[in-house]
Amino acid sequence: MKKPLRRIIFIFLLVFAALFAALPRHIPVKLQYYNFSFERSFDFPSIDFQWGQFSFKRDLELHLGLDIAGGSHLVFEADMSKLPQEDFDAAIEGVRNTIERRVNLFGVSEAQVQTIKTDNSYRVAADLPGLKNTKEAIALVGQTASLEFYEFVSAQAEESTNGALAWEIAPTNLTGADLKRARVEFDPNTGEPAVGLQFNEEGAKKFQEITKRNVGKPLAMFIDGEPIDKDRPPPVVQEEIAGGSAVISGSFTLEDAKKLAVQLNSGALPVPIKLIEQRTIEASLGSEFVSASVLAGFVGLSGVLLFMLLYYGRLGIIASLVLVFYGLFTVALYKLIPVVLTLPGIAGFILSLGMAVDSNILIFERMKEELRAGKPWIDSMEAGFGRAWDSIRDANIATLLIVFILLNPMNFDFLHTSGPVRGFALTLGIGVLMSLFTGVFVSRTLMRIFLKGNK
Amino acid sequence: MQWMKFRPLFFLISGIGLCLSLYSILTWGLRPSIDFTGGTAIEYKFTSETSPDLLKTILQVKAKDYEYKDITALSDANIQLRFGPELSQERAEVLTALIAEAFPERPELVRFETIGPVLSKEILEKTYIALAMAGLGILLWVALQFKSFKLGITAILAVVHDLIILLGVFAYLGWARGVEIDVLFVTAFLTVFALSLYDTIVVYDRIRESSRKFNGMGVKFVADRAITDTIVRSFNTSVTTGIVLFALVLLGASSIKWFALALLVGLISGTYSSPFVAVPLLVTWEEVKNRLKQRK
Repeated sequence: MKKPLRRIIFIFLLVFAALFAALPRHIPVKLQYYNFSFERSFDFPSIDFQWGQFSFKRDLELHLGLDIAGGSHLVFEADMSKLPQEDFDAAIEGVRNTIERRVNLFGVSEAQVQTIKTDNSYRVAADLPGLKNTKEAIALVGQTASLEFYEFVSAQAEESTNGALAWEIAPTNLTGADLKRARVEFDPNTGEPAVGLQFNEEGAKKFQEITKRNVGKPLAMFIDGEPIDKDRPPPVVQEEIAGGSAVISGSFTLEDAKKLAVQLNSGALPVPIKLIEQRTIEASLGSEFVSASVLAGFVGLSGVLLFMLLYYGRLGIIASLVLVFYGLFTVALYKLIPVVLTLPGIAGFILSLGMAVDSNILIFERMKEELRAGKPWIDSMEAGFGRAWDSIRDANIATLLIVFILLNPMNFDFLHTSGPVRGFALTLGIGVLMSLFTGVFVSRTLMRIFLKGNK
Repeated sequence: MQWMKFRPLFFLISGIGLCLSLYSILTWGLRPSIDFTGGTAIEYKFTSETSPDLLKTILQVKAKDYEYKDITALSDANIQLRFGPELSQERAEVLTALIAEAFPERPELVRFETIGPVLSKEILEKTYIALAMAGLGILLWVALQFKSFKLGITAILAVVHDLIILLGVFAYLGWARGVEIDVLFVTAFLTVFALSLYDTIVVYDRIRESSRKFNGMGVKFVADRAITDTIVRSFNTSVTTGIVLFALVLLGASSIKWFALALLVGLISGTYSSPFVAVPLLVTWEEVKNRLKQRK
């Protein structure tokens, strides 16, 4: 028969593709037998495909979630109260980009920063794997960091209404947006840390004008509405400065200087943000989980395979093979999408494994019934699939309905918008769909080819 | 096999299970985690066995102004401290240092979670809504597919039965072992909902088919046949999934252990409830309806 043959080829192509995607990129092999030793490692490439504008890149590594790899999960809420409605989307994107830049500059690789938009809240969630210094990261990320320059209206202090001495200052048009780059520098005289500023072309021009106007007068720099250094008087402009370089010196520690440089470089946050959720998990806790749970998974899986073989005999072999394929396809899919794997995600995978086995069992039981009724093998097989399909379809749709509610793909406000629930729903959903594919299509094809006319 | 003859027995078993669970829930209540109450949870891992009472005494001496809500032992050497209002990470570190002074080897701060009150209220609300939607959705789907409200309602009743038992088990665990209800548990809860229903639908599907084949043989006969036909498959599936979950419960580390246990409890009661709760209810309903019709 031509048709099943084509299908078998298709299936085996899939299996090889899945194998390529699913196996770890680097596999060390080490064999030792008395004097004979064999050591070699196999490396598989990742996917890097470019065609004109279109590029497709996958590193084909398993992305582990925070609860496995350890790290921090932070959620910030943006305060949109001072913005008009139509600017909200742009603002939250700006926040997201700035946070991502800051996090990267801070040194966290593989950070995932996402916006979570619902009808009445605009948030940004940042997953920072391997982050040790959460406190510093939050301070770095959370600050708006708007830089402004103020010039003094008069060089003399004037008495204000309550009797204290105050200087009148006026804002200039020079802000942090005119910066090209900020860098930590060390004052050549005192060796103290300072932040060197390099303005862009327009900023340099503005700066030149301002310094020209204010020779002999102090120039105040404010960050987030507060003077940079309250302890020292603001620097006095010595001369007109062209070329757009300036140095902010104050009583900075090295950390402060670095932080300020990062914040200025990443740009100010368009709106202020507030931390509303923080979860920090140590990696040590995570890796313990992984090894124990993977072991549990293997033990469980072997138990299942054994059971299928014992109870269903030859059919059990097919079922076991299908199960292995199922696992392979699913892991490959996790690497291709990619799906960030969390512990509840793993649980979702395991559950869907159970359901995959179940579809096979449903089919087998139906087949046994047909055989008992005296029908020939092939008819029993086809009838088994046909009748079992109704139950399989109904039951799986019910599960998919629940997955849909938990997954909340439309980001409805009244359902979960982030977190472990969605991770679980995602893997369960992928699992259900994949089990429908392998349990029905793959099983049927394999059985048609390999079990013709037996019994 | 005349299953329906044993209906009184099934109702008795379920009844006992439900009573125990309800007692458990009413007496001990459920312990919500900070996901739902807001606040801060800190978990310390000590290098040797430490009791919560010991930590309590130390805190009274060294850290009096840290007002914690409760202390629970998650395992022999892991203790969790819960704070009502949020604790900043700086204060948490100060606390860690204070605690460390009392121990020869510094305990490790393995987990620090803070959730603001707005967010936790939100999570709670969203969970309720998800539950309501799921319940309604399933009811409608079953009614649509099987063209009978009777099936939908008995299916939901069987699921509710399972969920009460699950809550009962975890109310007990909350009291005995300090196990908390968090978002993960809710996920397990919803999954048990799905699993129990899945199972019930398979049996109902069989009933639908059998009632077509054996038209006129009476509800009891059809129900008996359907159960006999599906029981082997039900059992096998539960065993296979159960093996994997059981392995996770035994070998998995603490946060996934309770999650797996919830799923396991749900699996067992879900497998039981489909043939032995949903179907008996259905048959009894049918019989009562017929008897009422006859009286007219």
